[in-house]
Amino acid sequence: MHYDVVVIGGGNAALCAALTAREAGASVLLLEAAPREWRGGNSQHTRNLRCMHDAPQDVLLEAYPEEEYWQDLLKVTGGKTNEELARLTIRDSAQCRDWMRRHGVHFQKPLSGTLHLARTNAFFMGGGKALVNAYYRSAARLGVDIRYDTPIHTLELIHGQFVAAHTAQGERITAHACVLAAGGFESNLPWMREAWGEVNGEWPADQFLIRGTRFNTGTLIDFMQRAGADMIGDPSQSHCVAIDARAPLYDGGICTRVDCVSLGVMVNRHGERFYDEGEDFWPKRYAIWGRLVAQQPGQIGYAIIDAKAIGRFMPPVFPGVKADTLEGLADALGLPRDAFMHTLNNYNAACREGTFDHTVLDDCHTEGLTPAKTHWARSIDVPPFTGYALRPGITFTYLGLKTNADSAVHFAGQPSENLFVAGEMMAGNVLGQGYTAGVGMTIGTTFGRIAGARAATAAAGQSQTHTRGAA
Amino acid sequence: MTPSAATNLPTTSLTMLAQTAAQWSLTPNEAEVERLLTICNACRYCEGYCAVFPAMTRRLSFAQADIHYLANLCHNCGACFHACQYAPPHEFAVNLPQAMARVRVQTYADYAWPRALGAAYRHHALTLVFALCVGFAVFLLLALLRQGTFIHAPLAGNFYAVFPHHLLVLLFGSVFGFSLLALAIGVRRFWKAMASPQAHTSAPAVAEATHDVLRLKYLDGGHGEGCNETDDAFTLVRRRFHHLTFYGFLLCFASTSVATLYHYVFGWQAPYALSSVPVVLGTLGGIGLLIGPIGLLWLNLRRHPQHGDATQRPMDRGFIVLLLLTSMTGLALLIGRDTAAMASLLAVHLAVVMALFLTLPYGKFAHGIYRSAALLKWAIEKRMPNRLQLGTD
Repeated sequence: MHYDVVVIGGGNAALCAALTAREAGASVLLLEAAPREWRGGNSQHTRNLRCMHDAPQDVLLEAYPEEEYWQDLLKVTGGKTNEELARLTIRDSAQCRDWMRRHGVHFQKPLSGTLHLARTNAFFMGGGKALVNAYYRSAARLGVDIRYDTPIHTLELIHGQFVAAHTAQGERITAHACVLAAGGFESNLPWMREAWGEVNGEWPADQFLIRGTRFNTGTLIDFMQRAGADMIGDPSQSHCVAIDARAPLYDGGICTRVDCVSLGVMVNRHGERFYDEGEDFWPKRYAIWGRLVAQQPGQIGYAIIDAKAIGRFMPPVFPGVKADTLEGLADALGLPRDAFMHTLNNYNAACREGTFDHTVLDDCHTEGLTPAKTHWARSIDVPPFTGYALRPGITFTYLGLKTNADSAVHFAGQPSENLFVAGEMMAGNVLGQGYTAGVGMTIGTTFGRIAGARAATAAAGQSQTHTRGAA
Repeated sequence: MTPSAATNLPTTSLTMLAQTAAQWSLTPNEAEVERLLTICNACRYCEGYCAVFPAMTRRLSFAQADIHYLANLCHNCGACFHACQYAPPHEFAVNLPQAMARVRVQTYADYAWPRALGAAYRHHALTLVFALCVGFAVFLLLALLRQGTFIHAPLAGNFYAVFPHHLLVLLFGSVFGFSLLALAIGVRRFWKAMASPQAHTSAPAVAEATHDVLRLKYLDGGHGEGCNETDDAFTLVRRRFHHLTFYGFLLCFASTSVATLYHYVFGWQAPYALSSVPVVLGTLGGIGLLIGPIGLLWLNLRRHPQHGDATQRPMDRGFIVLLLLTSMTGLALLIGRDTAAMASLLAVHLAVVMALFLTLPYGKFAHGIYRSAALLKWAIEKRMPNRLQLGTD
């Protein structure tokens, strides 16, 4: 069967594209690489949408105006963003939620422990998998055809125009227009290995854990790059968080995070500290620790806390390694005891404790220590002591296809007329580096809906041409 | 270590968790809930669905009393299962409603009075058949003894011509009284096990818990669209059928109570006219108790295979069928009360009601009592300050 629009991918952006194209009257086929039970890509692990609003709105407090949103984006990306596309995304985030609700998404107030997002982020009730389920139900109701277990290996392109998609099984699927929304390449371990390369005789990516889906293999990013599409981003850049070393290789999601780093110290496998654990609030710093740990020997770090920290951070999914003495903790963690004690003794001696307050940048700091701990520095001296081994956990990659406000794929600066891109495959246009909570889903929703609408229009134009040609 | 070797780690650590749990002498079912709640507490995406998750976030670890409390707070709506990023085939294999259901039935048995009868929960079919047999034996024998035959001249709906009023009051009063006592002792044991010393029962807490019970608040999905049945779609049908069942049951109960008042206070003897309060209440209740259980049974048969504990379906269905038999035999009696079959119809109806009363403390009915207690605890607990201040920076 020939469709107006084929959407390649099965997460938030793909679903937004499919729903919008179908609403515009197109016949739509959605191709999800994963089986039904793993559908939804990384979207199933998400939890909220960063939303602009000028006044309090249902679950959103106060106001989060366009300019502040833009400045936040400018700051986290260090300027690696496209202002036109970023502002387009920000403005759309103020309007898209009614549409989302119509397709069954429910919003709720921030979760406990996420009050810092109460003003800026609308949370999905039940999280991203509930959102994905709602979209699939709505898609089925509207008559979008859905096929699971259908990874696409190559596209048939003529002069930058989409002709057909070829499945891994060799089936050829034709359509008037196509939306690419198949995610990044972070679960393609050989590619990650190659992108990170060899450092000091080690291949850092060999120790990476993938926080999201195993189906983001980047097959079409690779294909499009070879086909001459305009690209954006650096393959060695990814959103990288330090997560529990015992997390599963894929799909560990949110619960594998360990949020106690700013309450204690972090050492490497030689028992040495390597960065200021108290540089800034944890929500603003958690995303630097993945790369910091990736740069340590063996790509492993150990967060060390004492009894004073217990109950002050989100409970981790795996129990920490506990000991009644610091020496015992070094042994239990398999760290060199003398070096570890040297580090901890020096740290404890350097702590200048003022008034500890984890809710502000307090005055507890170290003196004469390198690296310093600039806030929340309290000596680690109340047993029992707890340690968590942490490894780099990759959330997503930034490499993608260059696009414009129509979400068109570009070849040598020229936009394709019927090939569009959304979600992680183009998020790098807006988010060239860094991250701020909920912005990935906002980009996916905005560009998914644009891509779907443009694809439907392109398909309508093409079928008219065909009809005229036939007549 | 290669990345693929990392996949072996979680299993090990989850085993560790299970071992920790075992040290606190949790049963395997409780240990599974403890394992899952540890995962849920690190995720918290489901906080908006029901009371279980906000109650969970007030804790860092889960002792046996917490597990019993949270298991009974769970309404088995299924929302968190379908929303769960860690549900099977994920290796964390999170199916919280199922694990909760397994602990729930265990708590009914553990807290049952007399304790030995707690075994009834594990042998529900046997219990039900036994209770029905007792009911039938009593009333058919009585009928036969008093009438000498099951077929008789029409008695114009005079039930007491078959079974004297005082005998019925004695029989049902003692059985119902015993059942109430057994349930009260059971739920008191449960309450004492999970009670917190600082907690004070306040009028607003009682009012909220009562509201949550009577409205079945936590079958609304947190968003008002209802709970899950066959798949991830939300529906209010279970809530509505449950309301029909519950309020149908209450109307039937009210009918009997009003009739008792008529008898003792006003001296008005049955049979009562079709337009009388007891008959109207009983008829309306009977219709609710007919449609409600049929709906619940239909839903139970179509339920998603991963919802709840499949081994408890016989208990669920047994109770539903007993309710259905109660209304069917009651309505049949109303229709046939002026015929020659009245004595038989009455004996059958009374036998079913007797079986229902006998099994109240040892079957599915207990869920209403234990869940109400858990809801009251939640209404009290949520009014207390949360001692945890996690991640508020």
